[in-house]
Amino acid sequence: MQQTEFLNVVLPFKDKLFRLAKRILVSREEAEDATQEILLKLWTKNKTMGNYTNVEAYAMTMTKNFCLDRLKSKQAGNLKLVHSNYEDNRTSLQEEVEVSDSLSWVEKIMEELPEQQKLVLQLRDVEQYEFDEIALLLDMKPTAIRVALSRARKTVREKLVQKHNYGIG
Amino acid sequence: MELDRIEKLLERYFEATTTVAEEETLRDFFASGNIPVHLKPYAPMFQYFSEAKEERYTKQVPLKPRKKYLEWASVAAVVVLIFGIYFGNAYSKQQEQRKAEYAYQQTKKALSLVAANFERGTEKVAYLKEFEATKEKIYNEK
Repeated sequence: MQQTEFLNVVLPFKDKLFRLAKRILVSREEAEDATQEILLKLWTKNKTMGNYTNVEAYAMTMTKNFCLDRLKSKQAGNLKLVHSNYEDNRTSLQEEVEVSDSLSWVEKIMEELPEQQKLVLQLRDVEQYEFDEIALLLDMKPTAIRVALSRARKTVREKLVQKHNYGIG
Repeated sequence: MELDRIEKLLERYFEATTTVAEEETLRDFFASGNIPVHLKPYAPMFQYFSEAKEERYTKQVPLKPRKKYLEWASVAAVVVLIFGIYFGNAYSKQQEQRKAEYAYQQTKKALSLVAANFERGTEKVAYLKEFEATKEKIYNEK
């Protein structure tokens, strides 16, 4: 496979890889490094890549595994706190500020979800994958995905409503 | 009517039984702006998902680094190693030869020294013969 051909295959979903990496690793820099690593790995495998029926699914699985490994490794553990640049969450009078504020709230709520629910929510609600695609990516049964997704969504809702009520009160 | 549908969709959304298309409808609805008060708390959720999807990987895709680099490095290393062994051997052989020659010269020197001294010794022994001859003469005259 030539370089241009490779890029044509990979470029459409490289953002998805990055977003998945960022969802798991939280920090932008870490996610960028991870994405670069994955793309390089794909490139070194470019000769055999034609054999995979679904390169995107393969790459997503690779990213997931790679990032989870990173998380487990000590190296990432040391960096963990460096990047959590939390914003000030005081309720502002300006509507706009409030909106972007509550958006970052959702992000934080997602960060706190269990690993699996986080992944399912990311793949479904951000990337809009179908259930059977997610099943392939995460090696889970569709029913299990449904349960995890429902739990994740409900948790986000619960915490949002909580926050909303505090905001008013 | 429309709101009714949205509410039903929301209910199913939290049970995770909506399809991707239906979820798209929900996202569109919450992006539109005129959201009734009782649904407002849900808005950030869907807005966030839409926003999160906009995030891009902006770094350059670096291809072809360290490709074949290791292979060539190993070839170079082997070449250096072979040269090293070959010339190293030749050098140490030469050194050995030189040492042997030195030892040979030293031994030769030592031996010739011994020989010279030995000769001087035999010269002195010649006097002994003279002594014998004289002694004989004396004995014979008796």
